[in-house]
Amino acid sequence: MKLITAIIKPFKLDDVREALSEISVTGITATEVKGFGRQKGHTELYRGAEYVIDFLPKIKLEIAINDDLVESVIDAITKAANTGKIGDGKIFVSDLSEAIRIRTGESGAEAL
Amino acid sequence: MDNQVIELSYALDTFYFLVMGALVMWMAAGFAMLEAGMVRSKSTAEILTKNISLYSVACIMYMLMGYNIMYSGTDSSIWPFGFDLLGSADNSAEDVIASGGDIYYSGLSDFFFQAVFVAATMSIVSGAVAERMKLWSFLIFAVVMTGFIYPVQGFWKWGGGFLDQAGFLDFAGSGVVHMCGATAALAGVILLGARKGRYVDGKVVAMPGCNMPLATLGTFALWLGWFGFNGGSELIISNVAEANAVGLIFVNTNTAAAGGVVAALITAKLMFGKADLTMALNGALGGLVSITAEPLMPSPILATVIGAIGGVIVVFSIVTMDKIRIDDPVGAISVHGVCGLWGLIAVVFSNPDAGIGTQLYGAVVIFAWTFIVSLIVWGILKMTIGIRVSEEDEMEGVDYSECGIEAYPEFVSK
Repeated sequence: MKLITAIIKPFKLDDVREALSEISVTGITATEVKGFGRQKGHTELYRGAEYVIDFLPKIKLEIAINDDLVESVIDAITKAANTGKIGDGKIFVSDLSEAIRIRTGESGAEAL
Repeated sequence: MDNQVIELSYALDTFYFLVMGALVMWMAAGFAMLEAGMVRSKSTAEILTKNISLYSVACIMYMLMGYNIMYSGTDSSIWPFGFDLLGSADNSAEDVIASGGDIYYSGLSDFFFQAVFVAATMSIVSGAVAERMKLWSFLIFAVVMTGFIYPVQGFWKWGGGFLDQAGFLDFAGSGVVHMCGATAALAGVILLGARKGRYVDGKVVAMPGCNMPLATLGTFALWLGWFGFNGGSELIISNVAEANAVGLIFVNTNTAAAGGVVAALITAKLMFGKADLTMALNGALGGLVSITAEPLMPSPILATVIGAIGGVIVVFSIVTMDKIRIDDPVGAISVHGVCGLWGLIAVVFSNPDAGIGTQLYGAVVIFAWTFIVSLIVWGILKMTIGIRVSEEDEMEGVDYSECGIEAYPEFVSK
């Protein structure tokens, strides 16, 4: 099992959700987050004074999947969240040692 | 004139006066929303508390003291005390008819109209000292301001005092209301200091307001209220000439605000490269303040120009205030003070009775009186109970330290 953590632009959330539904991903957790990468935020202007927004709003997606889905999930997110502009985000893949469905107590792949 | 016509005119003028006063009352909502939108979210509940409290303090103090001082009918032109307490009987039908129409509105409608003006004056102060002043020190100042400082200079002009006798002209209060409020605010801000972190290492740090929709709604509410402010200051509407005058005042007030918006928006775009909404909002109010000293004599075109110049002035003034480290979160000192002065000067362009020397004389007198007395009152408060919250409370937000609640408890802020 793998845990896919993706940071995307907020307005791309619906596109990504649709793309993932099409490849039968059954669950996504989305969190509103703030952060910066090489883009390093941007400057805004208020009443003549410039100020730097270091942390830009992003969406963090967390998706637990079976190993065989990893390539297609990465592919789906990469295509759906891509604008070609700086700040499109990143995808992180990590190993997932266990998953449990609270209602039934099922564990492992059964719980996904 | 037929008796019934006299009575009907009296009723019509009183009705008009009351409705105009009710519009001015709604400016309190405008100030509250504008200020709530222009401060940071951690100071919102406190600024709202200040706004509804200062309105109430102003109404009570003006009833107890202010109105008697301002319209005392005393023979002295400088010292206004000649108490004629409110609550004496209003005009009787016999008196009104006997006057042949010279008594044309209810005495209490006049009190109500004047009372909501005082509240507007005090509202100007709250925005400038936002986010760092102690609530109760502010309210104590409000007691002195609305019960004494404002009414005395109001008496000098509108109560028939020496400024009025000198030929100083201020139709609805660019000076008496707006510059007076801004001057009291300036004295307070000088003793209070800037918000923590506003000016760091010689640079101006922006502290964006938390809610632009509220600030915009507040500005529109003030714009609406201003029809009562200027329109009601004609005091009478019950004949063709006066009805036309009120119509012209409405048109001029409206177009001056529009001129202020357009001018401020273009100025901001040229200066900063972006169309700053808050400057457009201040431009509307700058235009309105500028036309308030004389909304009746200019043509609508001239009124637009007067308002537009106010809109340009307000942008430069706000930037200048930051340069000299006067931290005014809502731009009240620029909008009401600097544009108030411009409004007093602009009277000479349309009213042949106005003289530039007299207008400046009036402005200096109002400024000096309000500034000196305000500085003394703020100073006494500072030395006794203090006017500024602790650094920790300011960081945490005055909502929590002063009011114990947050304006938006379901969101993470600060």
